[in-house]
Amino acid sequence: MLKKTPLFVAHQRLGARLVEFGGWEMPLCYTSILDEHKAVRSAAGIFDVSHMGDIFARGPAAADFLNSVLTNDLAKLQPGQGQYTLLCNQHGGAIDDLYLYRLQAEEFLLVVNASRIEADVSWLDRQLAAFPRRQSVELKNQSDAWGAVAVQGPKAVDFIDCGFQTGGRAPSALRKNEITPVSLAGQPLWVSRTGYTGEDGFEIVAPADAIEAVWNLMLEAGKPFGLKPAGLGARDTLRTEAAYPLYGHELDEDTTPLEAGLGFFVALGKGDFVGRASLAQQKAAGVTKKLAAFKMTGRCPPPRPGYPIWSVSGGAAPVGRVTSGTQSPSLGIGIGLGFVSPELAPVNTAIAIEIRGLRAAAITVPRPIYRRS
Amino acid sequence: MKENIPADLKYTKSHEWVRLEGPTATIGITDHAQHELTDVVFVELPAMGRSLKAGEACAVVESVKTASDLYAPLSGEVVAVNPELARHPELVNTDPYRAGWFFKLKLFTPAELDGLLSPESYAAQIA
Repeated sequence: MLKKTPLFVAHQRLGARLVEFGGWEMPLCYTSILDEHKAVRSAAGIFDVSHMGDIFARGPAAADFLNSVLTNDLAKLQPGQGQYTLLCNQHGGAIDDLYLYRLQAEEFLLVVNASRIEADVSWLDRQLAAFPRRQSVELKNQSDAWGAVAVQGPKAVDFIDCGFQTGGRAPSALRKNEITPVSLAGQPLWVSRTGYTGEDGFEIVAPADAIEAVWNLMLEAGKPFGLKPAGLGARDTLRTEAAYPLYGHELDEDTTPLEAGLGFFVALGKGDFVGRASLAQQKAAGVTKKLAAFKMTGRCPPPRPGYPIWSVSGGAAPVGRVTSGTQSPSLGIGIGLGFVSPELAPVNTAIAIEIRGLRAAAITVPRPIYRRS
Repeated sequence: MKENIPADLKYTKSHEWVRLEGPTATIGITDHAQHELTDVVFVELPAMGRSLKAGEACAVVESVKTASDLYAPLSGEVVAVNPELARHPELVNTDPYRAGWFFKLKLFTPAELDGLLSPESYAAQIA
């Protein structure tokens, strides 16, 4: 039995094509993936991301506890600021990648991948049970009580304030990674200037029974600016162009953030955290596989997850595999992400992607793969 | 959803359509098929001059989400392939029965036409 977000009926009314994603029944697209992708790049798109998890951590020792289990350094976060970070096991393998927001000095919100909610909660509970000051930390999984939408695109800032009552900062005044409380008809919401598309945009977290009002408000306010509802199909092509990782593809429990090129979000100098010793060791010794972004260099079918990657200078075995791949709607060529042996990871390295038995020429490129010029 | 199934064509279980023009048959995929695939981004067509047996995998249509094989509805020699699909694969979505055609066959065994589905039979199959 597939789970449904509070916006399920709204998706049906809009004529969405629905698909199964991580145990949820979600919209793949409403009109077409390419249409919705282009809307986000040129105007704005709104995505239902209510399936994602919301875990709150509160208390005088919450900051210390979280900093002992997450890779990035949250000590630099003021209330109203967030950061991308990872939860790792003792081997440095990724349990999840997530956004951490400091809502108040002693109140944090972790927004986690839908497919990892159980794994994250279980891991955090176990770590907390061993944390000396656990009495001063309250962890609460409120994923079912909260919904969320993402409003992404260059025009989002033009209508994001519409309808919200703001005691503090208006959403349009937020800087990247900042979060502010607003309300709608007396219901408390959070708006952050974050996103997963490579465009400017906002994410709105609201109580589950208020999220439909938020969705309708945004659709109404954004229509004159070209806002379109957008589904998971476009979400995937957009984030692949931005070269953002997707857990289960670029990250898993056997892959470290260093291998995935996310060393920037691993603060080895902040003090101890779970996985630190293994990651420090890996950094010193060098990784044995490295994530690279690539572009196909000729006309060929799109690269897809699982396709082998070969060196162009011979070799009896593939040097890696594709973890994400698609035809880039913005560039009109095949693009992807994949793990390769470290010497092939630098930009401008020729590689070959095996597509249905034939090796197609490709080249490694900087990230993001697509950037607005 | 009202299915678009032209009355002057014949069909296969695997969602190809056939338009007969004398000894030549034009082949493509149905509106139902293109709708299932979503946005087509790449089409791999059979080589000119290739001889196909009915039922043989002969082309691949790739959408954003997935790759799908096409099967030759009839036996014949490939005498034309659609030159527009290289630059405009989206024609398969926007005009599956006309501009989005895939290839033309010079038929070896016209009697095979009797094995194809009528519009009514195809409609029943996808209902």
